[in-house]
Order: sequence, then structure tokens, then C-alpha cells
Amino acid sequence: MPNKDKVLIANGQGFWGDSILGPIRLVNEGPLDYLTLDYLAEVTMSIMQKLKMRDPNAGYATDFVRMVERVLPVCREKGIKIVANAGGVNPQACRAAVADVVRKLGIKGLKIGVVEGDDILSDLKSLIDGGEKFKNMDTGEELAPYLDKVMSANVYIGAEPIVEALQQGADIVITGRATDPSVVLAPLMYEFGWSLDDMHMMAAGTIAGHIVECGAQCTGGNFVGWKDVPDMARMGYPVIEASPDGTFVVTKHEGTGGLVNVETVSSQLVYEMGDPSCYITPDCIADFTSIQLQQESENRVQVSGIRGAAATDTYKVSVSFKDGYKLVGQLTVAGPDAVEKAKLCADIVFDRVALDGVEFAPEERFVEILGTNVCHAGIADAPEEPAEVVLRIGAKGHDKDKLNRLGMEIVPLVTSGPPGVTGFAGGRPKATDIISYWPALISKEKVKCSVSVEEV
Amino acid sequence: MRVPLSKVAYARSGDKGDGSNVGVVAYHQAGYDVIREQLTVEAVKSHFSEICFGEVKRYEAPNLMALNFILHDSLGGGGSESLKTDAQGKTHGLGILYMQVEVPDDFQLHA
Repeated sequence: MPNKDKVLIANGQGFWGDSILGPIRLVNEGPLDYLTLDYLAEVTMSIMQKLKMRDPNAGYATDFVRMVERVLPVCREKGIKIVANAGGVNPQACRAAVADVVRKLGIKGLKIGVVEGDDILSDLKSLIDGGEKFKNMDTGEELAPYLDKVMSANVYIGAEPIVEALQQGADIVITGRATDPSVVLAPLMYEFGWSLDDMHMMAAGTIAGHIVECGAQCTGGNFVGWKDVPDMARMGYPVIEASPDGTFVVTKHEGTGGLVNVETVSSQLVYEMGDPSCYITPDCIADFTSIQLQQESENRVQVSGIRGAAATDTYKVSVSFKDGYKLVGQLTVAGPDAVEKAKLCADIVFDRVALDGVEFAPEERFVEILGTNVCHAGIADAPEEPAEVVLRIGAKGHDKDKLNRLGMEIVPLVTSGPPGVTGFAGGRPKATDIISYWPALISKEKVKCSVSVEEV
Repeated sequence: MRVPLSKVAYARSGDKGDGSNVGVVAYHQAGYDVIREQLTVEAVKSHFSEICFGEVKRYEAPNLMALNFILHDSLGGGGSESLKTDAQGKTHGLGILYMQVEVPDDFQLHA
């Protein structure tokens, strides 16, 4: 039996670094049952792993803790629960930091749930020894030879353990690498009593999650029709108004800026899409070709007809590993002859390091002249004589010292290159690690998630 | 008459591993018929010839009046490897809207 006949879920963060105003305004400016927050992109886990290696108490989305401090009093007052994959590679440390905030605010009886089991970094060797190949889904290569370079390894877990945390009474649920849609699907499963066997409901909740996972990207952000989007500074973040039958409305709080129509929602549906008939998550296979969209009224889009199929018996694993270094610096070259001078500058840099015995093969070199049609190369018309351009110059490789030597020859162009070279912001560039991403699969039975709920 | 695709459809793009995804959605059914017929794999590959160096894959979602393209090898290594300004293909959706398509004279163009 459903607990409710309507559930309001809003997503307030599309990535680690999104505006803190999203969630703050969501809880303050309208009714809400759940606030969900997605902090994790592919590379985020490896960044967090690096932070944790330096400090055992780090490795989670610190923004989340600052945000909780600002929204928790209102969430308590309105009974809004929070579900976030803010735990990164250290969900327990994240809970401890949130618990500190709860105590500081003087709030009593709040339950914080943590979902673990996605982080398989320390088990990777024994899993490989036990027969898991972790074949790269793009190249088919096995992971074993790269094992010593691996930075992080996380399973994309689904909604089930989050549901369990909610069943245990959690007011805040913190996960590691849960998939973006699962943080939205889980509260719907909990409130409506949906089970994993209800495949069409799983698909509906997943698609609701997909629509809101990038925050304002379905309420008028990054939208081709941007001229029609009112008051973007006060852009409302998305709210899903869900029903137990798997239909839902995409909307935003009244009086906020932004725009919700069939076009803004469709735009987000096709974002980062692969095969639309087969969107695979740990919870189900969602069929995007079954979705029906209808404008119900202003800033309300009704979504219905969603069909799904049972989940696969594998989880996706995201492994990140060190794969050499990169360096890039930039400076501004003003006219006349800005483009010609920028090209000369790039040649000078590579020629000068070569004079010092440091050579780069053409495929290692990187030169981009912004202002001459870089993003739409070969598509849009490039300006004939831009008044100024930005030269971006750098290289990739496995020799860090060589790259840093290159970095030293970029700034000197200001005094020893053609005239009009300026704008060298950020000082001398330094080589940084390239963290590559290795997508693989693991059989579900090898992964055990655990849930713990503690009262503060 | 020949018109830019932006008069017929809108788009959004993002990264998908080593490639970018470019979703194109028609403003109405007649527009969907136009893009389904004219935005062939070959036409899209040729349009992005200086950006996409791999295979182009195409999927259809008629219920959304949408096509989805995967442009393999278009991000300079993708993710954190890339040095490109548009390392995630965020601008490729706008890029496809520069394509020219042929529409009937009485076709309802998007303003």
C-alpha cells in the first residue's frame, strides 16, 4: 500500500560544484517531500580518492555538508528527507561531518543512513584472482596489467539499499557511487511500495531521475531556446510530482525563474543518451522510446506510458587509473594579425624546448586558437581577422619533467615573442595526472551492500 | 527550400566515453520526418568531419521526435584526458544545428 498518493521530489545538485542556491531555494520556496542531490561524475571518484589518500577524513562532497547546514532547519520543519550520493569514497566521514553539523544546529533525534559496498578498490586484486576480468567495455582489454595504476574502483549501485535506509527511518541517506537516477527512484519505491519486480515502475522512477539528475538542465538551463527562458538568475530547480501508477509531472516551484515545457524536458531526455530503447541501470532497463510527454499547464509537463524490462545480472564498475600527464597553458594574442602571431607563438614554444633537448611528437602536442572557430571547427564560419585570440598550448605524455619544461617556455613569449601577447593568467602551468576511466562489469552476486542508520 | 536545422529541430549534447552524444529533437512531426530522412549517418559524419574522427552511430526515438547520434573519437581522449576546450562535447548539439536541410515551401519553420 502506498504511504502517499503524491510524492514531491526535487533534485538540487547536478554535479559537485553546482550552485548551492539550487537546494537552498528548493526547500525554502515550495512544498517538498524529498531533496535529492547528485554529486558524482565519472572522474569525481578518483579526485575524492586522491583527497582521501592525503587525509583519511576526506574523500566526500564537502559542499554537501555546507549545504546541509543551511537547509536542515527548514527540512526538519517541513519534514523533507535528503538522499545524496555525497559520500564519494568516504561515506562514513561524510556522515560524521553531517552529524557535527546536526549537533551544532542543536537538532535532536535525526537519523542519518549510510549505504556502503560500492567501493571495491581494496577487493580488486582478490576479485581478479577469483576470476573477474573487468574487461574494458570500450576496448575489451582486461584490467589486470593496469592494477598498480588504479586510483579508484566503484560499483554503480542501485536504489534497493537506499530504500532499506529509508525503511530504517533515515532522514538523510548518504551513499557512495549510487547511480544518479537511483537517488530519485529509491524514495518512490519506499513511498509507493514498488518492488524491483515492478519493472515499468522501476523504469518510470529511473526516467524521472534521469530528467532531474542534471538539476536545472530540464528547467531551462543549457537550452537551445534560451531567449524564451525568463529570469535565469532565479532559475527554479526541478520538482517531480510522482503518482503511485508511475506517471509523474515535471515542474518547478511557483514564482521561480526558468521554464518547464516539452522542449526543455525532451532536451534533457536525450542528454548523455546511448541507445534510447535500452537504458541500463542497476535497477532496470528503461525504454525511452515508450515515454509520452504532454504539456499539462504552464511549467508542468506530464510524463506517462513508460515501459521497462528487468535489470541485468551485472553492475557497471567505474575504475579510474593513472595514465600519464598533461599540461596546458594559455595566453591572449591581440591583433593586428592575431591568428598568424598565435600560430608563430605555438611554433616558438615547441622549437625552444627542442633547442633544450625536449622534443614532442606531433600527436603529443596540443594547440588550440580560441576565436578562430575551435568548438565548431569545419562547421561555422571562422572570423577572418579577429581582434584577439586565446592561444592554448600544451602536451600529453608519460614524462612529467618534459611536460614541465614545456610549461616554462609559455610565459616568456610575452617579452621574446611577437607583439601583443598578454593575459597570462594563473602563472606557469604544471603537469597534472591524467586519470583515465575504465568502464567494466561485475556480476551482482559479488557485490554486497550494507546499510547503517544512526541517530544523532 | 534549404534551411538551417535550427529552424526544424533543437538539440543537446554531452559526453559518452570517448565520444559525444548529440540528441536532436524536431519541433513537430513534419520536422521529424525531415530529420529522419536527411540526418543520415553519412551526412552527420561529414558535417562533423573536423571534430569526429571515429564512427557515427544513430538511434531513433519517434515518440520524442528525436534522433540520437554517438560521435566516436570526438573529444580528444574524453573525460579528464582531453586538453580540448570542449572536452565533453557540450557544444556539439549546437554544432549539428548548423546543418542545412531541405524542407517543402509550406513547411512550418521554428521562429
